Amino acid sequence: MIGVGKAKQYANVLDKPLSRGRQEVSLSAFAFLFSELVQYNQTQVDNIAELERRLEDAGYAVGARVLELLCHREKGNRRETRLLGILSFIHSTVWKVLFGKVVYLITFCIWKDNLYQKRYVADSLEKGTEHEDEYMISEKELLVNHMGAFNCGAFVAGIVRGVLDSAGFPAVVTAHFVPIEGQQRPRTTILIKFAEEVLRREARLG
Amino acid sequence: MAAIYSLFIINKSGGLIFYKDYGSAGRMDTNDSLRLASLWHSMHAISQQLSPIVGCTGIELLQADTFDLHCFQSLTGTKFFVVCEPGTQHMEVLLKVIYELYTDYVLKNPFYEMEMPIRCELFDLNLSQAIQKDRVSLLGR
Repeated sequence: MIGVGKAKQYANVLDKPLSRGRQEVSLSAFAFLFSELVQYNQTQVDNIAELERRLEDAGYAVGARVLELLCHREKGNRRETRLLGILSFIHSTVWKVLFGKVVYLITFCIWKDNLYQKRYVADSLEKGTEHEDEYMISEKELLVNHMGAFNCGAFVAGIVRGVLDSAGFPAVVTAHFVPIEGQQRPRTTILIKFAEEVLRREARLG
Repeated sequence: MAAIYSLFIINKSGGLIFYKDYGSAGRMDTNDSLRLASLWHSMHAISQQLSPIVGCTGIELLQADTFDLHCFQSLTGTKFFVVCEPGTQHMEVLLKVIYELYTDYVLKNPFYEMEMPIRCELFDLNLSQAIQKDRVSLLGR
C-alpha cells in the first residue's frame, strides 16, 4: 500500500511528540543568526546599555523555554526546589545542551572551563564582605563572545535569568569581563544575585 | 627568517580593507599600500580579459626576482594576496587558512560593516597565530 512505512505526518506541529531532536546545530549558522540579532537591535537603540538589555530580554525568552524542555527531556519532569540544585542544573545540563563541548573541527574551539563558586570564599585571606546571595559562573571563552568585540554575554545572562525566574528563583543576572593575568582575553563571568525571598526560603528549608 | 613580507586583503571594488607587514622588507606607508592594492585589483581584472584560456579567474602567482606574490580570490570577489620571499612554499594553503579566519572572525562579527576596513581584534589575534604556526612549520621542513 502506498504510504505504509512513511513517517506519520502531523497536521498540527503541536501534536508531534517531543523527540530528542538533533543534538548539534551548525556553529556558523548560529553565529550568523546571533550576529543578525545584534545588528537588528543595534539599529533600534541609542546606547550600549539598551542593547545589552535587549539581548538579555531575548535570552530570557530562550531560558524560559529551555527550562521547560530540559525538565521534560533530561530530568523526567522533576522540579528543583533547592538553590544548589537549580544552580547545578544550569551549570551542567543547560550549559551542556546549549553550548556543549565541541572538538577542534574548524578554527573554533570552545573551551569549557566552568567553575562556579560562592562569591565569598571560606579562605582566611579573603576578608571581603560576605555576599551570601551572589553566585558566579565563570567561563573562559563564552561562545557568543567568540566572534564579537563586544560583550554579548548579556544574552547568556538573559538565558540564565529566564531559567531561574521560571523555576521560581528570581534573580538579577549580569555578565562581566574579568581580566586575568597571563591571558590575553578576559574571562567572562556570569554573576547571579538572588532575591531576598529566595534566600529566606532556602534558609527555611534548612 | 621572515618568509612572508606582507599580507593584503582587498574588497570586491578594489579598496584595501586589511594590510599587515611582517618585517622591514615589506613595510610601506598607508598611501603606498592603498595604491598598490588598487593597482593589483586592476591588474587582476585585466589579466582575466587578456588570458588566452577561456574561464580564467585571474592571476594566482606573480614571480619576480626579489619576491613572489600569491593571490587568492574568493567567490565573492574578495582578494587575499601575500608578498613573500621567492620560492616560499605552501602559500596557497596559508591563503585558504586566512580566508577561513576572515569568514569566522570578520564576517560573523556583528559590528563589522561589509567592504569596510577590518578592525577585529579576534581576527588579528588568530591571524598572527596562523602566521606564527606557518613560520614554525616552514623552519621545520
